[in-house]
Order: sequence, then structure tokens, then C-alpha cells
Amino acid sequence: MGTFEFLLQGVTIAAQPMNLLYALIGVTLGTAVGVLPGIGPALTVALLLPVTYKLDPAGSLIMFAGIYYGGMYGGSTTSILLNTPGESASVVTALEGNKMARAGRGGPALATAAIGSFVAGLIATLCLAFIAPFVVKFALSFGPREYFALMVLAFVTVSAAFGDSTLRGLTALFVGLSLAVIGIDQQTGQARLSFGIPDLLDGIEVTTLAVAMFAIGETLYVACQGDRIPDKVEAVKGSIWMSAQDWARSWKPWLRGTFIGFPIGAMPAGGADIASFLSYSTEKQFSSHKEEFGKGAIEGVAGPEAANNASAAGTLVPLLSLGLPTTATAAIMLAGFQQYGLQPGPLLFATNPQLVWGLIASLLIANFMLLVLNLPLIGLWVKLLTIPKPWLYAGILLFATLGTIGANPSVFELGMLLVFGLLGFAMRIFGYPIAPVVVGLILGPMAEQQLRRALAISQGDVSALFLSPIAAVLFVLAILAVVVPLILRARGKGEVLSQFAANED
Amino acid sequence: MSGVPSNERRRPDRAALVIAPVLFAIAAVIWWDAGRLAEMSNYSRIGPATVPHVVAIGLALLAVWTAFEAWRGDFPEREPIEVKPVVFIVAGLAGQMLLLKTAGFSIATGVLFALTAFGFGRRKLWISLPIGIAFSFVVYIIFGRFLQLSLPAGPLEHLFF
Repeated sequence: MGTFEFLLQGVTIAAQPMNLLYALIGVTLGTAVGVLPGIGPALTVALLLPVTYKLDPAGSLIMFAGIYYGGMYGGSTTSILLNTPGESASVVTALEGNKMARAGRGGPALATAAIGSFVAGLIATLCLAFIAPFVVKFALSFGPREYFALMVLAFVTVSAAFGDSTLRGLTALFVGLSLAVIGIDQQTGQARLSFGIPDLLDGIEVTTLAVAMFAIGETLYVACQGDRIPDKVEAVKGSIWMSAQDWARSWKPWLRGTFIGFPIGAMPAGGADIASFLSYSTEKQFSSHKEEFGKGAIEGVAGPEAANNASAAGTLVPLLSLGLPTTATAAIMLAGFQQYGLQPGPLLFATNPQLVWGLIASLLIANFMLLVLNLPLIGLWVKLLTIPKPWLYAGILLFATLGTIGANPSVFELGMLLVFGLLGFAMRIFGYPIAPVVVGLILGPMAEQQLRRALAISQGDVSALFLSPIAAVLFVLAILAVVVPLILRARGKGEVLSQFAANED
Repeated sequence: MSGVPSNERRRPDRAALVIAPVLFAIAAVIWWDAGRLAEMSNYSRIGPATVPHVVAIGLALLAVWTAFEAWRGDFPEREPIEVKPVVFIVAGLAGQMLLLKTAGFSIATGVLFALTAFGFGRRKLWISLPIGIAFSFVVYIIFGRFLQLSLPAGPLEHLFF
């Protein structure tokens, strides 16, 4: 069967009434939580993971995908109407979008963001459907050493290649890897770093870590800054519809953003933030209204928002076809798969095609729902932005702990939540990125397993790791990804890289 | 974690300098724990201790690098920090953790809710505590009853269910 047949089959699965309902609940929850300031897609997915515990795998993954896409849509609303610097993927949208909102053009800004996200999501999801099978075919020739090399590359790009410091990125990664060691060793059954505490034998839950570091760390960080940053929600004045000129100026940035965003997401090269920055600078160059940039140019919203969503779909390529999460959000989605004992990768396409293709098809459907949900109902989401800070963060912590309590109602688990929350807070203060910790925790055990398999095959000969051409190329890329940014920073060209700081997506 | 704002660059960053020994201590613990495993490992050189050893070496190297950068004052400047709100929120989380088993989900989480709001400037606990408990109770009904998450019940929950 070709991709088309599979996709059609997927659509019939995704269009079942129950699955449509799950998708609708997913996109609604995703948008609602994504709109809240300070909550990005990674945290949205981590917070809502427990909601899906009791559903069947297909339904829950469909809801999950809806949450993911919904979170991406919701984030743009926040950055346009509420200037929230610090949220990585939407910083660029805030640059122009917030200026537009202040100039009374919030409506068209929201519209171009939503329609751009839709166009990009649609094209990128179709690209995902057509590219993933090829990657799967290619991946079937991968042995343990190639997988190990691929994971090393992912480790390096997530931690060291972007952001403002190689040192702090790598440190965050190694903190994640240290946490990954905790628990029973998969192959020999020996307990590692558990200090005789039974609760630690199962290892650290990815969702606990992610919720603690993102939700509690962020809350503490915002609280410690006092009232320094005044929040001002811009009201949406006038028509939300775009004028003919807005359309004319938007459609090219949408397409360019899509084709910048998708490959960046699909390669283990970091997340949506990088894509949106690249798209922004591209639009600035191509635009015939250069003077408007910095004052509210619609291209500066249309392009990055499209790039943002396209790269979100792009990250699903390595996640679904290789089982390789390249962003914090993807790492949490992987945890979502694993809670059903499903391991994404080439085998999943063979053993469970209905599930994979149902998921991809439901992304297309979720995209349509989101367009409807976001344009006419925008006023509803805007109301969420006006929740006063004390209630907002009290609510965020309520839901953050709810997930952990629901998964494992133990005092110990809540204690870990608090400890990791404080860790996340301290890391934020000292300028450490959070995403590498999460990716290190989930990818660490997988990389170890592949490494030990590879070395068992070579009977302990380490040089065999580098003897396969594919693995050798991947290792060289990984080394370059550490060394090149180090040289660039030493020469004082680090600002460009720190703009690309991959923090949350 | 008290942020010492330094106006002059290239001065040793004392707070950041503390990070290096912490990283080194973690590396030492991992190394020690892996050594305990190695006794049991088999003929091949690759065992459960291999990766922990690599991680420990990596952390130790990063500790040295951190000490070096902190000494040169290369860490980004930090803004002054208000400690009080942080203390209240941590107290809320600790309170929820300790109350959860005895008082049940709604009351424990209500305490967390009220103390967090307190940290952000809503000082009227006699208003925020009831709001928090009521809100948590609604959440309990939705998630604990309809979505069947196993949330611990306390006196308040037993009153109704």
C-alpha cells in the first residue's frame, strides 16, 4: 500500500465520532492552556498528559496530538496580545505582533497567525505523511551503532549547538543524563543510584521532571522577580479580518515559513524557535516594507508563526519514524507513547499502522478544528489572558501537582516535584537551558541501551562504533555541532546563536 | 541562590562558583555508586557501570569548566531576587505534600493555591483559602470522578462521596 492508501485509512480512523470528539477536546484544552502566559507547548503537553491516562491508546494519542497543535496556536495569541518576552518560540511573534496589537491591528495579526499556522500545519503534516515512510525504510538499515550516533547528535544539537553557552547547555544535558541513570538497569537488573529507596527503582518520571522544571521552576522565577514586569493585555480593536493588502503581504511569508520550518524540525537540529528566528530574518530581507519592521510588519508575524507550526510537525518525523525526540515537547510526547508500552520507530509503522496513520490523519483534522476554534472564538481566549497573576499561577500549580498526584499519589513523588522545581528555578537564575535536562532524561536510557548492544556485537571494541559510514558521518556532525559554536562564540559572534536559544519547544 | 548583582564584569562570580563543587559532588556520588556495581559485572568490559562512569567523568570536566568560567565572571548578570514570594510558594507545595494523605486532595491543594496567591500578592487568606478549596474540589470531581484519576480523598471528599 502506498502512502495515499495509508493516509486514507488513517482518515477513516480519525473520523470516527469518538476520535473526532477526542481531537476536539484535545485542541480545545491545548488552546486554552497554551494561551495562558508562561505556558509553552512543552508544559501544555506535560500538564495534560494525565488527562489521557484512562483512554485507549489511539484515542489518547489523537487527543495528545490535538493538545500539541492547540498549544502551538494558543501561544501565538499570548505573544501578540501580551508582550511576553522570555517564551522562546513566540519571542519573534511578539516582536511584530505586539506592535501591531498596540497600533490597533491586533485582529489581523491574530488572523494571519492563525491562518498561517493552518497553512503551515496542513502542508507540513502532508510532508510528514510522505517523508516518514522513506525515513522508516532508511532506518531499517540502522543498527545499534547508527542509532547511538544519531542520539549523540540529538544530545549535542539540543544542548550545545544553540543557546548562549556551550558550557551551560552541556551541563544541563549531563544533569539529565545523571537523572537517567537512576533506577534499575535494563539489562542486568541492578539498582543504580537508588540509595535503597524503593520509589527510585523505577527511575524518574519524565512528566514529573518536565512539569516540575517548567511549571514550578517558571512560577518561582516569575514570583522572585516581583512586580517588575507590568502585564498589559492589548484589546482586540476593530475587525479581526484581514484586508486584501494583508492577504497579499501574508501568503508568501506563510509558504516561506513553512519550507524553512519543516526541515529544521525534521532534522535533529533544535526546535521551533530556531525556525521562527530564521523565518523572521528571511522576511525582513524579502519584504518590500522593510521600514515597517520593528513597528508592526505583518510579514514578521505571518512567516515566523508558519515556521513555528511547520517545525512542530517536522519534529514528528524523527519522533515517529526513529523514536528520536529532538525537543522537550517531543520528549514528553514520547513519554506519552511509552505509557501505553508503544515505542515509536520503524517497527511501529509495521506493527501498528492504524495507530500511526490515524494519528497523522488526526493532525490534519485537528488543524481544521483549530482554525475554526481560533478565528471566531478569539474573544473567549483573550479573556483567559486577563486572569490576574496570583490566581493564574495558583491555578498552574494546582494543575501541575494534579498530574503528578493522579499518576502516583505519593508524598515521595510530590517531594521530587518540589526538588526538581527548585532545581529548575536555580537553573533559570543562572541562565541554564531546561530542555536538555528533559531530553537527556528520556533519551539517556535509550542511548545507553544502543551503546551496550553495539559494544556487545563488537565484543567490547569501541573503535567499531566509528567504522560504519553512517555512524561516522553522524559523529562528525555531532563534533562539529559542539566545536563550531564554540569558535563562533569565542570570536564574539555568539549573539546570533543565543537568539536561537532552544528553550522550550 | 542569592543573586549578587555585579556591575563590573570579569570579577569572580561567587554564587556561580558554588555550582562547580556541586557538580563535582554529583560526579563523585555517581562514580562511587558505579564502583559498587562493577564488582558484580561480568567478563566483558561493558556493563551497567560503563555509562555512569562516562557521565561522572563528563560532570567532573564540566565542573572544572564551570569553575573556570565563574572565576572569570563569564556567567550572565543576574537580576536581584525577591526571596519572600519564593518561600511562600515552596511552603505551599510542602504543605500540600504533607497534608495530602490526611486532609485529602481538595484541602491540601487549596492550601497550595492560597499560599501561591499569597506569594503573588493576594494577602487575604480568608478569601483565597476557601476559593482554593472550592476550586480544588471541582477539579477533584472532574478528574477524580469523571476521568477516574486516583486522587486521595479526605474528610471533605468523604462528606459527598
